[in-house]
Amino acid sequence: MMPKKSYVQAVINGESREFLCEPRQTLLEVLREELGLTGAKEGCGDGNCGACVVIQDGRLVCSCLELAVESAGTEITTVEGVAGRQELHPLQQCFLEDAALQCGICTPGFLVSAKALLDKNPDPSEPEIRLWLANNLCRCTGYDKIVRAVEHAAERMRQEA
Amino acid sequence: MTHKPDSYEHNMVLAQKQFRVLGTRPIRHDGVDKVTGRALYGADIDLSGLIHGAILRSPHAHARIVSIDTSAAEAMEGVLAVVTAADLGDSGDKMIDLGEGEQNLSFLRGNVLASGKALYKGHAVAGVAAASLHVAQEAVKRIRVEWEPLPAVTTTQQAMADGAPVLHDGLRTKELGKETDQTGNVAAHFRYDKGSPDEGFAQADVIVERSFDTATVHQGYIEPQNATALWNNDGRLQIWTSTQGSFVVRDTTAAILDIPVSQVKVTPMEIGGGFGGKIPVYLEPVAALLSKKTGRPVKLVMSRQDVFEATGPTPGSHIRVKMGATNDGRIVAAEAWMAYEAGAYPESFVVPGAMCVFACYDIDNIRVDGFDVVVNKPSTAAYRAPGATNAAFAAESVVDEIAEKLGVDPLDLRLKNAAKEGTRRADGVKFPRIGLVEVLEAMKAHPHYQTPLEGPHRGRGVAVGFWFNVGLESSCSISVNSDGTISLVEGSTDIGGTRTSIAMQAAEVLGISAEEVRPSVADTDSVGYTSVTGGSRVTFATGWAAHNAAQDVVAQMKERAAILWGVDAGAVEFADGTFRSGDNSLAFKELAKKLSETGGPVTGRATVHPKGVGGSFAGNIVDVEVDPETAKTKILRFTAFQDAGKAIHPSYVEGQMQGGSVQGIGWGLNEEYFMTDQGVMANSTLLDYRMPTALDLPMIDTCIIEVANPGHPFGVRGVGEASIVPPPGALANAIHNATGVRMSRLPMSPPRLMEAIWALESNPIAAD
Repeated sequence: MMPKKSYVQAVINGESREFLCEPRQTLLEVLREELGLTGAKEGCGDGNCGACVVIQDGRLVCSCLELAVESAGTEITTVEGVAGRQELHPLQQCFLEDAALQCGICTPGFLVSAKALLDKNPDPSEPEIRLWLANNLCRCTGYDKIVRAVEHAAERMRQEA
Repeated sequence: MTHKPDSYEHNMVLAQKQFRVLGTRPIRHDGVDKVTGRALYGADIDLSGLIHGAILRSPHAHARIVSIDTSAAEAMEGVLAVVTAADLGDSGDKMIDLGEGEQNLSFLRGNVLASGKALYKGHAVAGVAAASLHVAQEAVKRIRVEWEPLPAVTTTQQAMADGAPVLHDGLRTKELGKETDQTGNVAAHFRYDKGSPDEGFAQADVIVERSFDTATVHQGYIEPQNATALWNNDGRLQIWTSTQGSFVVRDTTAAILDIPVSQVKVTPMEIGGGFGGKIPVYLEPVAALLSKKTGRPVKLVMSRQDVFEATGPTPGSHIRVKMGATNDGRIVAAEAWMAYEAGAYPESFVVPGAMCVFACYDIDNIRVDGFDVVVNKPSTAAYRAPGATNAAFAAESVVDEIAEKLGVDPLDLRLKNAAKEGTRRADGVKFPRIGLVEVLEAMKAHPHYQTPLEGPHRGRGVAVGFWFNVGLESSCSISVNSDGTISLVEGSTDIGGTRTSIAMQAAEVLGISAEEVRPSVADTDSVGYTSVTGGSRVTFATGWAAHNAAQDVVAQMKERAAILWGVDAGAVEFADGTFRSGDNSLAFKELAKKLSETGGPVTGRATVHPKGVGGSFAGNIVDVEVDPETAKTKILRFTAFQDAGKAIHPSYVEGQMQGGSVQGIGWGLNEEYFMTDQGVMANSTLLDYRMPTALDLPMIDTCIIEVANPGHPFGVRGVGEASIVPPPGALANAIHNATGVRMSRLPMSPPRLMEAIWALESNPIAAD
């Protein structure tokens, strides 16, 4: 009998992880259901809300649009991998200080997206931040405090660099 | 480039009292969990033996269910149970309290699983539980339903037409409060009368009468509905869900399943947005039935399409507004005729809409007719100031046109006619101390209004809006810890930082810091009854319960100090965090260490059902630029004003104002259910529904106005809802200023606006 599941190995948040998955399972489903990483959220399942984004080999990816088998051999950062062991990432700290979350369901996606932006561009303008974050929907905040938090985090990271 | 304010510098603190903790901006207590991905939302739960469910939904907007054959689904490997309305049974009928309104039990039950007929596309018909979600989803497709499609109605005009298809055979119109034999789709017609509109209009020098239509829109929370249920072997039902009201879920589910509320325990998970849409139950009774049949915990999670097609949108509406004013700028008469879509079951929020339509104005002569109309769309649910935004779009457009005809500043006209303390609304209620005049004065004085707007295709608009806010029941308990901190337990699910705004009120009483309070939101077995997180009530009412519970702690600790000092408890005073009697003094923290030696632990408790609700008024100034080629409206600058009463945590007050404003902007410019002739929503994805993104918006500047509510110990009014009310009207007025057209239909999307501009260009006189 053919096995129903495939073996996959990937580096997730700096750790080598091995898992079995069905070909139809998305990366998001495997992160949440098989690996216990429920920080990435499913808001739409079709790549339009950004609540499930992860950084994969330096690129921002909607984990609901990628099959888990496709992630073999890649390096993935989820929201659980953004903070240090003791310290929050400046983005996380600024999201808290600037009250950039209300319900918090979109926050993991915004943090991962914003991290990918600041990894590439340490000094983004407001329009650059808005364009980059247009892939992430937030229904609570109207984005004002999120944009400010990203600006403040970038500033803090530049000062610390 | 859009305008970007440096900071939130224009907040106006008009509350007189000085506070230590209130008005500061501590980091929220649940913050770290929410920025690290550790916070557990409804879909994140895992339980031993958990299985998954899926729902079969109607493909038709209106169809009779001739038969349902579940045998092929049940025969599938991995399928553990199938349920239909037959499993739900008939638990009779009565009115069920939903916090912000009530609903017939039979309607609630019918919405959970369709019986006899499906009333909208997406109406749940059956549920399947299986070992895996994928199997459950495949099994759903194998359920054979024989349908007899019926013609559908999706607007109030269609539903009210002679000979229209009827949704509910048993529905009789309630006419002006009386039961009648009238059949059809109008559940109720009611009227508010004040003075004599005929005499009022006879005095008017200027009369404007316009008709408006607003589209169905959705609350648009990012987290889909979910429910996990375990019907345990002892007969106890446990539910984990993302809800605005765990007690409402408990009571409604118990009523639908016809079991005592004491058999149900609801654990509120973190909730990913609600805005009113997560008050009704959809999945909980189905998950419970599937658990009962399988003996396993069952999780159900909606898809985004399910959310759009089967959960409460806000009503589309058809509204006529007529207002008359004298040449000196006095509004002397107003009439409104308002028909709101209830969706598949009655209760459309036309009642609050009718109460709000002229609430901003002190007008002697008013008549408002309201119609609650069922249509083949999902049953509507509350959405942030439900009913008020539709009404304000109509009324504020007409007020703006009157100001234009009279040649007066639109804010001056509003100030001249503004409702104030003692003004009687059309529905008979007399306003207590309110802050509309202060809101309007702040708008007039704001640098935004004082800065002229220049450039082609640009326009500025203003509008105001009102929402009542509610009180309702809340409970809170406090345990004093030996390190001088407190643990605070309350029952209001936290959608936007209310753990903190509640904790701050206890901290203020006890003279400790916000960080020295550990707040938690408890399940329905662990805290007293607490109504929904809705009606802008949590900081007002649950905060009040925290205030009272802290007072209870103070009273008990005075007795402990009295024991230590050998004095009468009446001789102990408490101020600024310190107990004093004569020369003796002990700070709260010091006394907290001595509880064990003075009689044991101290816990405080309070329950409230407060009156003294303070209504909230909001206003917007908005500058737009309309692209003459595409009719796309770009917002250049937006300032939101709101009377919050005392702003407990200003950052989260600003956040409510900004979030509500942007939902109002989406409602005004973009969002709508595109319905096909068959009554099917054609844009049920987030790509096609198109809520505002970060790229669509400028910074949303805020100005909090704090007119203390005399009905609350700290002057809180509640801030969650009024902000959504003015944006569509303000945008319509700005678009008129920019283009000359008056938009009578929401959303004012590019195709609609382009057509209106072309119509004006081809026939400027007719369009006027």
